[in-house]
Amino acid sequence: MLFYVFALLAIVSGAYMVLTRNLLYAGFSLLLTLLSVAAIYVLLFADFVAVTQLMVYVGGVLVLILFGIMLSSRVHDKSVMSENVNVGWGITIALLTLIGLGYTIWQAGFSSLPWLQQTDTDVLAGQKSTVQLIGIKLMTDFVLPFEIASLLLLIALMGAAYIATDKQKV
Amino acid sequence: MLAFLLTLMLLLGIVIVLAYAERKVAAFMQDRLGPTEAGPYGSLQSVLDVLKLLQKEDIVPAAADKKLFKLAPILIFAAVFAGFAVIPFTPELIPTGIGIGVFYLLAIISLDVVGLLMAGWGSNNKYAMLGAMRSVAQIVSYEIPAGLAILSVVMICQSLDFQEISYQQGILLNRFPGLEFEKNWLFGIEALGINTTNIGGITTWNIFRAPLLLVAFLIYFIASLAESNRAPFDIPEAESELVAGFHVEYSGFRFAVLFLAEYSMMVLVSLVAVILFLGSWNTPLPNLTTLKFADWTTGTVGALSGILWGGFWLLSKTFVLLFLQLQIRWTYPRLRVDQLMHLCWKVLTPIALGIVLLAGIWRLLMV
Repeated sequence: MLFYVFALLAIVSGAYMVLTRNLLYAGFSLLLTLLSVAAIYVLLFADFVAVTQLMVYVGGVLVLILFGIMLSSRVHDKSVMSENVNVGWGITIALLTLIGLGYTIWQAGFSSLPWLQQTDTDVLAGQKSTVQLIGIKLMTDFVLPFEIASLLLLIALMGAAYIATDKQKV
Repeated sequence: MLAFLLTLMLLLGIVIVLAYAERKVAAFMQDRLGPTEAGPYGSLQSVLDVLKLLQKEDIVPAAADKKLFKLAPILIFAAVFAGFAVIPFTPELIPTGIGIGVFYLLAIISLDVVGLLMAGWGSNNKYAMLGAMRSVAQIVSYEIPAGLAILSVVMICQSLDFQEISYQQGILLNRFPGLEFEKNWLFGIEALGINTTNIGGITTWNIFRAPLLLVAFLIYFIASLAESNRAPFDIPEAESELVAGFHVEYSGFRFAVLFLAEYSMMVLVSLVAVILFLGSWNTPLPNLTTLKFADWTTGTVGALSGILWGGFWLLSKTFVLLFLQLQIRWTYPRLRVDQLMHLCWKVLTPIALGIVLLAGIWRLLMV
C-alpha cells in the first residue's frame, strides 16, 4: 500500500519535472522524486542505499543543480525557461526505449523466477542494518570496482579544478 | 505518534528557554539587564514573543514566488525536526532506533540546505538571495570537517546506531543486546590493565576512551557553530550588510517557524555532540571503590528513576554546550568569507583527516 503511494508520488513529480517550463520548479520537483525513491528503497529493506541516495543526490547533486540554475538564470531580467526542441526525434527515442524496457520486463517473467518465490520476507534476518554486509562485500568481493570508482572520482575532481583555475599568461 | 508529540513539546520548551537565555546571557556579557518586565526576572518574555508573532499578519510580498515562499519554512523545520527522530533521550527512550542513525542524521540535515535555497529564491529579494547563498555555501563546506569528526567516532565505536554508541559510554555497557561481553579499558587500551567497565562515569566517555576524540570534538563543535549559522560564523545573516539574511521577507507565523528551526538546529547539533563525544545520557560521576556515584546517579533502567536521570544528564550536558554557543557569540567577532573558507578547508579539514587516520590506528590498539 505504502509502495503505491510513494510510487505515484515519484511518477507525478517526475512527470512535473519533465513537463514544467520553469527550470527552478523542475529542480524542486526533482527533490520530491528523489525523496520518494528513497522511501521505496526503505520499503525494500535497503536502508543504507536509501540514506546514501539522500546524502549524495539531495545533499550534493541537487544543491549543485539549484546553485547552477540560480546563478545562471535571470540573465536578461527574466527567468530561464526550457524550450521544446527535437520533438520528433525525442518522441521516437522515448517510445523505442519504452518498448525495449517493456519487452525485457515481459520476457523476464518476474513472478516465475525461482529465487523470488523461495525468498523469505525477513530479509534482514536479525541483522539491524545492511551496513555490515555491504562493508564486508565492498572490502572483499568488490574491492577492485570500488577502488576504480574512487580513482575515477579523483580524476574528475582534478579535471574540474584544472578547468576552474585562471590560466594566467606570464 | 506519541514520540512525535513528546519530542515536539520538549523541543518547544527547550527553544523557549534558550531564547530567554540568549537575551539574558547577552545582557549579562554587555553589562545590561536584559528583559525584566514580563514575569519574574523577565522569564515570560520569550513566551510572549512567540504569542506576539503568532498574532501578526502573515505578509507574502507581491513580487515573491508565492508557492516557494510559503513552502520553504515548513521544509526547513521538517528537515531539522526529522533529525530528532534518531536521538536517544534515555536508555530506553528513543523515537526510532534505526541501525544507521548517524548516517541518516547527516543526510537529513542536508535537506535543510534545499529549504534555505527555496526561501532565499522565493523571497525575490537581493538580501535574502545573498544570505541564502552564503548560508548554503557555508553549511555545505563545514559538513566535511563535521562529517570526518563524526566518522572518527564511528570508527572507534564500530557502530552507526546512536543508542549503541550511548551504551558504550557508561556502566550499562553490557545491557545492550550484542555487547554483553564487551569491556571498557582506561583510554581504550587493554595493555594498561585498568578495567573501567564498572567504574563508568567520565572515564568511559568517548573523549576518554580515545583521547584523540577530544580534538575531533573541538572540530565538530566549531563546524556545528557554522552549520547552525551562529557567530562567529554568522555572515549569512550579517545584520550590518544583509539586514537579516534569508528570512528578511518573512513575518508573523512563518518567521516564528524559521526562528524555531534555527534554534532547533542549535539544540540538535549540541545533542549530537553530547551523544557522540560527552557520554550521552550517562552520568559523569564514576564509581570509586565503595562510593558508587555512577550507580546512584544512573537509576534503574526501565523504571522512572532511569528515565529521569538519563534525561537529566543528557539535557544538562546539552545546555552546557548551548551556553557555550551563546557565550562564543558575544565573545568573538564575525569572520570574513575568506577567513571562513580558510579555516574550513586549510585548517579543520586536514586536521580532521589526520584524526580519522589516527582513530583507525587507535581502534587497532583497542582490540
